[in-house]
Amino acid sequence: MGGLQKKKYESGSATNYISRNKARKKLSLSLADFRRLCILKGIYPHEPKHKKKVNKGSTAQRTFYLLKDIRFLMHEPIVGKFREYKIFVRKLRKAYGKAEWGTAEKLRGNKPGYKLDHIIKERYPTFIDALRDVDDALSMCFLFSTFPRTGKCHVQTIELCRRLSVEWMNYIITLRSLRKVFLSIKGIYYQAEVLGQIITWLVPYQFAHDHPTDVDYRVMATFTELYTTLLGFINFRLYQTLNLVYPPKVTHSQPAVMLHFDLLSEFGFYCSLLSLSKLSALSASLVRVVSTAEAEEAELDHFPAEGEDGEKLAERLKARQDQDRQEKLFEGLKFFLNREVPRESLAFVLRCFGAQVSWDKSLCIGSTYDVTDETITHHVVDRPSLEKQYINRYYVQPQWVYDCVNARMLLPVEDYFVGVTLPPHLSPFVEEKEGDYVPPEKLKLLALQKGERPEEEEDNDDSEEEEDEDQSDDEDELKGMEEKQASSVKVTPGEAKPVNRQRAEQEAKAEEKRLAVMMMKKRDKYLYDKIMFGKKRSVREANKMSAKRKALDEASKANKKKKLKK
Amino acid sequence: CCGLLAALSLHITFSLSLSLSLSLSLSLSLSLSLSLAFCSQDIRNTVGNIPMEWYKDYPHIGYDLDGKKIFKPIRNKDELDEFLDKMENPDYWRTIHDKMTGTDVCLSDEQVDLVHRLQQGKFGDVNFNEYEPAIDFFSNEVMIHPVTNRPADKRSFIPSLIEKEKVGKLVHAIKMGWIKPRRPKETAPQYYDLWAKEDPNAILGRHKMHIPAPKMRLPGHEESYNPPPEYLLTDEERQVWEQQDPDERKLSFLPQKYLSLRAVPAFSRFIQERFERCLDLYLCPRQRKMRVNVNPEDLIPKLPRPRDLQPFPTLQSLVYHGHSSLIRSISISPSGQWLVSGSDDCTVRFWEVCTTRCLKTMEVGGPVKSVAWNPAPSISLVAVSYGENVILVNPGLGDRLICSATDQLISSYEEPEEVKDQQVQWAVPEGKAQEQGQRLILTHPKAVKQVSWHGRGDYLACVMPDDGSSLQVVIHQVSRRRTQNPFHRNKGAVQCVSFHPSRPYFLVATQRYVRVYNLIKQELTKKLMANCKWISSMAVHPGGDNVICGSYDCRLAWFDLDLSTKPYKVLRHHKKALRGVAYHKHYPLFASGSDDGTVIVCHGMVYNDLLQNPLIVPVKVLKGHIITHDLGVLDVAFHPTQPWVFSSGADGTVRLFT
Repeated sequence: MGGLQKKKYESGSATNYISRNKARKKLSLSLADFRRLCILKGIYPHEPKHKKKVNKGSTAQRTFYLLKDIRFLMHEPIVGKFREYKIFVRKLRKAYGKAEWGTAEKLRGNKPGYKLDHIIKERYPTFIDALRDVDDALSMCFLFSTFPRTGKCHVQTIELCRRLSVEWMNYIITLRSLRKVFLSIKGIYYQAEVLGQIITWLVPYQFAHDHPTDVDYRVMATFTELYTTLLGFINFRLYQTLNLVYPPKVTHSQPAVMLHFDLLSEFGFYCSLLSLSKLSALSASLVRVVSTAEAEEAELDHFPAEGEDGEKLAERLKARQDQDRQEKLFEGLKFFLNREVPRESLAFVLRCFGAQVSWDKSLCIGSTYDVTDETITHHVVDRPSLEKQYINRYYVQPQWVYDCVNARMLLPVEDYFVGVTLPPHLSPFVEEKEGDYVPPEKLKLLALQKGERPEEEEDNDDSEEEEDEDQSDDEDELKGMEEKQASSVKVTPGEAKPVNRQRAEQEAKAEEKRLAVMMMKKRDKYLYDKIMFGKKRSVREANKMSAKRKALDEASKANKKKKLKK
Repeated sequence: CCGLLAALSLHITFSLSLSLSLSLSLSLSLSLSLSLAFCSQDIRNTVGNIPMEWYKDYPHIGYDLDGKKIFKPIRNKDELDEFLDKMENPDYWRTIHDKMTGTDVCLSDEQVDLVHRLQQGKFGDVNFNEYEPAIDFFSNEVMIHPVTNRPADKRSFIPSLIEKEKVGKLVHAIKMGWIKPRRPKETAPQYYDLWAKEDPNAILGRHKMHIPAPKMRLPGHEESYNPPPEYLLTDEERQVWEQQDPDERKLSFLPQKYLSLRAVPAFSRFIQERFERCLDLYLCPRQRKMRVNVNPEDLIPKLPRPRDLQPFPTLQSLVYHGHSSLIRSISISPSGQWLVSGSDDCTVRFWEVCTTRCLKTMEVGGPVKSVAWNPAPSISLVAVSYGENVILVNPGLGDRLICSATDQLISSYEEPEEVKDQQVQWAVPEGKAQEQGQRLILTHPKAVKQVSWHGRGDYLACVMPDDGSSLQVVIHQVSRRRTQNPFHRNKGAVQCVSFHPSRPYFLVATQRYVRVYNLIKQELTKKLMANCKWISSMAVHPGGDNVICGSYDCRLAWFDLDLSTKPYKVLRHHKKALRGVAYHKHYPLFASGSDDGTVIVCHGMVYNDLLQNPLIVPVKVLKGHIITHDLGVLDVAFHPTQPWVFSSGADGTVRLFT
């Protein structure tokens, strides 16, 4: 014994964590401000290993932050700005209360603001870090840009979001780095590859939102504040790498209009409606800083990476070629969008793969040619029938474009004609592992990609098969009759039982495995059982799916036949 | 007249849009407070600007200048009159009703013109020019004849005191920092190249510790607007989905199919989902989870292949039919030529192993609990226990010399002089029983469950399970017909006993423990803890250092007596209770029979080297017995020389696996 008595909770994990309320008090911020700070600085709670120890013996539910994180927050200059803003609001309220309009005006002229540049730099020390985290920023910006200009949030924010998202789309078009598109019931997913980073974002369909009541828009607004800053800097950098002018400008044939645009941007009227809408039409290419050789596609030399053999190199080269081919998927095709299709999405996707796009003049600014243009190859239509049709172009439904992009090849247009029941639209993000359920459409697509011809009409096969069956039935009956006629006792030579050696071997192996499993340790057995259970479940699910599909196919076939008979 | 009209314009109020051209609903209320030119006589009403309905119930509607009542017109116009008037009177459109006097007034051309002008927002007076040139009287030009001759004020040429005070206040406020000058507008561009200088020192320790938020899960086929039909939920699945808690659902949305893209509506939970993502980003604790990515094949222990461990029984080759009820016990003769089985149908049968022929059937007075062939090759005796009796049978099979020698051995017994009182009565059967081969009958005070021979063949141990009783195990010496109770006190109910094959040890298995007694020193040597609930059977390795115990809770415990009192290995191979275990005499094999109808044969190699632990490998699962009344295999026994195993089952058969 002897020595000082050690007190509880004065060392160890209890001192490494701090509860949210204490942290808030330490920073002397209101809860809302603390929340904002955490969002902006990217501080998240931590789950201590021994909750009770950290909670000083109590088992109450608490959120814990790392004390180091909170100390880090204390140095943040933005905390001071928050306090300044709080004071500003108080003064302004007072001035209004006293009806001192002059003071109020003066105060508002000196409204304290803050910048998030340093936070962005601090959170993402390298550009690649920032790019890795841009998924959520894009989704949020695209969502905010669809908000109505009234109510929920500041109009400036909405306009900024719109501008940034349009800039992003223009960049993707210029880089031609879109990889996958998916029409889901939630919205449209896009996936692009920028500087080696896979970036996925979700864009809602163009409808008015019914704003939910259980959503805190202040939290969303704080996130948007951060995300717009992040996205702006990223856009700037990306445009710079492509030698494009930022803020982007649309190339124009008439110099007068160019001048006009220049003037506008000089005067800081960048956000002027005309310019943005020109840009958002996504139909024209952008101005480059150095307007030299457009297509300076030098043949790249390929060096094998370290530890890479010839095969891998060849594989990589092939992947590269595939990608190049995909980037030029729609090159040389001329599209016209009817007015009922989602113009922005289609224009974006088509332009990403090198197509020319236009639409009706009255629909949106930026249309380049008319419906009557004879050189149009594809007309994207989404209505049951069309009155006036040109003979030298395909009338396809919008899904064709998206399916082509995902399949990396031009699919046969017959399945997508106007008024035709569309084939299912599959998710390009699913990569089936062995044992997973693969829908038959995907199998067909894979076969197509390999260059195999699709199977002949199934119906014919079926009918032939049926005929065959009928014939065979008849034969069976005949044989039966014959047998009946020659009903006499026969002695047949005995048959040697075929020994399936392979099967026996397999069985022996299975038995061996079973016996080995019996000898497993308890701990291993538990893990093994868990893994096997998961595997079995996935197999069961796959089986269930295929059974469901089979039943559905049969039902539809029966329906078809009924109709035919009628 | 002009002035009058101007005054009139002040008092005219238009209640509704005046449509003179239609003149149908001309609701112009005029309050005439001045005498009008078009009035033939002056009938001005003096009531003032009051609601005229106050005079609704009176015959008059006010008073004239002389104070006389102005009476209402005798007959009011009704709708029909109005209509007729409208049709016939050409001046109807310019006729208005004066509420104050109750008369209809027909407007003259000038008045109509005036109304038009007022409607158009013009001045009432036609001749009024609103754009007359303004004459600036007070200008900077000094006139010869000034407008006024007043001398200039003093205050006009000395600085203002009030202004000075105000400026002073402002200056003071600026000095004190109360008023801040307006901030200069920021001229720096909003966005610039933030990562122009990426210095590696900026990457702090924080960034290494930072856990980036996981990305959103990518959508699968079921989220498509036009998914393959199997991804859509059926009615039952939909119901299940709807009844589930939103947190428990596997899919957060219902898959939908739309025939074309234009039919796709907005997703109603879009904002919520984004908001939830936001919440996840700033509220969720993050933690690095090490996901075990184990190949299940790697978990399976690498055992020697069973093929390399041959010989062991692999096939069911013979079935011994004959018993009509479950066979509780079997035993093989030391020569390996004969098999004895005792069944619940109160018979004991002797079989020839190779031919499955039943050579002898012996009926006894109760269900046979246990049979045991004397292990000494020079004696042909079988101990059979039923009820409270144990009979020693000479089956008379095999070498006739041995049989007669055995008979002689038993009959050569001479009664000792002093007869002790024994708890077990030894009797010699006579008559038919003698003919059948029964040589001795031992009657115990309690039911005997198991009999077990010593390796020499002279001693026979019997178990009479009875919890806590002092008389549970007795050992008989056949040659001297003597019985002894080795234990004064037994702990727990004895399940089975066994003699050690080489040393003077005696193993007693109670429900949970196996006690090893030294019979010479008369002491407890070891107490093995079986780690199971209820031991059912036990077997001792012929080498003498290892013991296996089968238990009713599906376990088989292998004890290494040199190693520890705890099991060296516990095998849980069977799905149901174990009923019998056995070692092979020569081959490194042991077998266990269980209620799940299987016999599992394991390779159990014991090395002479003490440092090397026994190797246990399951080599074969033998199936064949039919489960009847939830009972499968009841006893197993190995052939003494061949790698064959016999098993008896509840289906009334004995099976031989070779």
